[in-house]
Amino acid sequence: MTRWTMVADLRRCVGCQTCTAACKHANATPPGVQWRRVLDMEFGEYPDVQRAFVPVGCQHCEDPPCMHVCPSTATKKRADGIVTIDYDLCIGCAYCAVACPYQARYKTDRASFAYGPSSDHERARHDEARLAVATKCTFCVDRIDSGLERGLTPGVDPEATPACVNACIAQALAFGDGDDPGSNVSRLLAENQSFRMHEELGTKPGFHYLWDRKDADDERPAEAAR
Amino acid sequence: MSYGPNPWQQQNWDARAAGNFIGGGAGCGLLLFATLAGAGGTLRLLLIGAAVLLVGAGLLCVWAEIGRPWRAVNVMFNPHTSWMSREALLAPLLLGSAAASLWWPALQPLAALLAAGFLYCQARILQAAKGIPAWREPLTVPLLVATGVTEGAGLYWLAAPWFGQGSQGAWLAFGLLLLLRFAIGARWYRRLATQLRPAALSAVNQAGHGYNGGSLLPLAVVLVVLAAPLPPIAVAVLQALAGALAAAGGALFKLLLVTRAGFNQGFALPHIPVRGVRR
Repeated sequence: MTRWTMVADLRRCVGCQTCTAACKHANATPPGVQWRRVLDMEFGEYPDVQRAFVPVGCQHCEDPPCMHVCPSTATKKRADGIVTIDYDLCIGCAYCAVACPYQARYKTDRASFAYGPSSDHERARHDEARLAVATKCTFCVDRIDSGLERGLTPGVDPEATPACVNACIAQALAFGDGDDPGSNVSRLLAENQSFRMHEELGTKPGFHYLWDRKDADDERPAEAAR
Repeated sequence: MSYGPNPWQQQNWDARAAGNFIGGGAGCGLLLFATLAGAGGTLRLLLIGAAVLLVGAGLLCVWAEIGRPWRAVNVMFNPHTSWMSREALLAPLLLGSAAASLWWPALQPLAALLAAGFLYCQARILQAAKGIPAWREPLTVPLLVATGVTEGAGLYWLAAPWFGQGSQGAWLAFGLLLLLRFAIGARWYRRLATQLRPAALSAVNQAGHGYNGGSLLPLAVVLVVLAAPLPPIAVAVLQALAGALAAAGGALFKLLLVTRAGFNQGFALPHIPVRGVRR
């Protein structure tokens, strides 16, 4: 089986938001809609402070609450783990949006453009079907599917890889088949300590965050380790 | 330990969504209580009519909120897992049987049963919203069911005294429902107090004022009417007042729960990334 998985290395992310821009460019999302966001978090108190940049978006959960609550069956999960929305079925009730613990879903009732009137490229890429329905990160499913048809490997070949991963300047984002022990994401997860967001909810996200090396425990000072 | 930005109030469901919980809850509660209390004659017709209107108004509210109202029939496509689909499937049966029971009273118990199912679905809808900690708390289900039935009982008592109806047993049941609603609400709040972050808890607290007022004030009136010898007109006025308070308190609570206390849980990192010198 294939389980498309994204990995974000929090040690590498510098918060440049290039992934956000790449996603908007690839998916033509309207102003205020960011399928790939990067949170800027601060921890601690002066002088012991730290900062982390955390890419978020649809976590493509193995047990997605959005799919269970969806009354129209517009939200589905594919066999490869990608959670999809059928814009022609969605009634725009936004139940999925309140059911998602990751605030990954958007509903835009009216068309809006970056500078008021639409520009040529905005008009060209405007999609009425995405108005008044739920939208979210698709893991660039079209790129994955067309890449696979051409014999490419998602996560390795850029043409078959989500736009945010391609654009990441720090290689903080990685994408691949989590069920393939030889894939890049499996290797990253094997070599590093990771967690998934709000794991206690049992949604089993397909999005993992790396925070330290696996062999690093020996190097950490004894006090901090306690 | 966890870290992350603070939660914020959800913006996807507004007063129109709350209207479905308010109208549906009170309407179903009214149908249930009127049936159990044995409302008869004109009062029965009035209460069942009001219940149908309330449930229908609630559904209209939510219909006005959905982004693609002309696809509304798709709401029924997923009864396997979605409580919203289940509610939608019950709605025509409930409204149809309740309306038919205006002419054929034998159908009223069936309508009441469907009302109970509809009310339960509504409670499960809110509880299944995993993104909102105050809603997903398991006690939300009995809380919403209890408040719906209590609101219905309140509406019954708002009208029944003016038709010379309303037994001592029904009055006692109303008092017990108020007590039950308050007890479940207090327990629900205590559980949330250990889970929610301050801003979210403060919003729940504000919603709770209407809830407590709408439970304790009418409960006091119930006790006064039971204990004190009062002239019949004073009893009728107090019964109607208690009913109105119980119904309004529940409606206000649900409005605030959806539109003010629907905080998500924000984001949290169980581990901070290790960079540079190890700490």
